[in-house]
Amino acid sequence: MIRVQPDDFDPGTELARLEALNVGAVASFTGLVRGDGGLVAMTLEHYPAMTEAALRAIADEAARRWPLAGLTVIHRHGRLVPGDRIVFVGTASSHRAAALESCAFLIDWLKTDAPFWKREQWADGSSRWVEARSEDDAAKERW
Amino acid sequence: MAIELLYFAWVRESVGKDGESVDPPAGVTTIAGLLDWLAASSEPHAQAFADRARLRAAIDQRFVPLDTPIEGAREIAIFPPVTGG
Repeated sequence: MIRVQPDDFDPGTELARLEALNVGAVASFTGLVRGDGGLVAMTLEHYPAMTEAALRAIADEAARRWPLAGLTVIHRHGRLVPGDRIVFVGTASSHRAAALESCAFLIDWLKTDAPFWKREQWADGSSRWVEARSEDDAAKERW
Repeated sequence: MAIELLYFAWVRESVGKDGESVDPPAGVTTIAGLLDWLAASSEPHAQAFADRARLRAAIDQRFVPLDTPIEGAREIAIFPPVTGG
C-alpha cells in the first residue's frame, strides 16, 4: 500500500494491518522531524503527478528482491514541526531477514528516488532548502 | 510542439514561477539544450540553471539525465536533487 498525504498516520494501525497478514515477521521504520539546532518547521514539497508512481516503482523493486507478504509506504507532505512523523515504511514476510532488509532498502531508496524536497525554517527567521547528501547516494548503492 | 515545464523547490523560486508552456526551436534537442535556450532568454532562468551539477530532471514523470533527448516529451520537470524520506 502506497499513500502520499498531508495528514498524520498511526504507526500502530499500520503495523496491525501488516500483522494481520499472519506471516512470521513485520519490520518498520518511522522517520520524524528532528528538533535539534533551532529548527521551527519543515515544509515538504513534492511532484504530485510523479510521486505515487515513483514510490510504486521503489516498492515493486523491493517486492522483486524479497519474498514479501505485505508492504506499506506512507510519505507526508506540507508543513511539519519537530516531532512530527514524516514517513513510514512497513514490511511483512515469512523471514525476518527479508522483512528487515527490505525495510532498510525502501527507506534508503526513498531518499534518492522519490520526488520530495524539504525546506527548513529556523528560529532566527531564516529558511533554506535541504541539500542532498552524498551519504544518501552511497546508502542506496549498497543495495 | 509545446512542452509543459515544471519547476520545484529552489529552482521554482529562482525562476519565479512553478511552470510554463514553451515551444523550443528545432535546434533544441536535449534537456540541457532546452536549459541553455531558456537561460539565454531571461536572467532568472540563467541564474536558476547556472550550476548544472545541482539540477535533476524528469520527462513525463520519469527521472532522466540532462542529456536526454526531448523529442516527444509532453512534460519536463526541472528540480534539485531530491531530499525526501
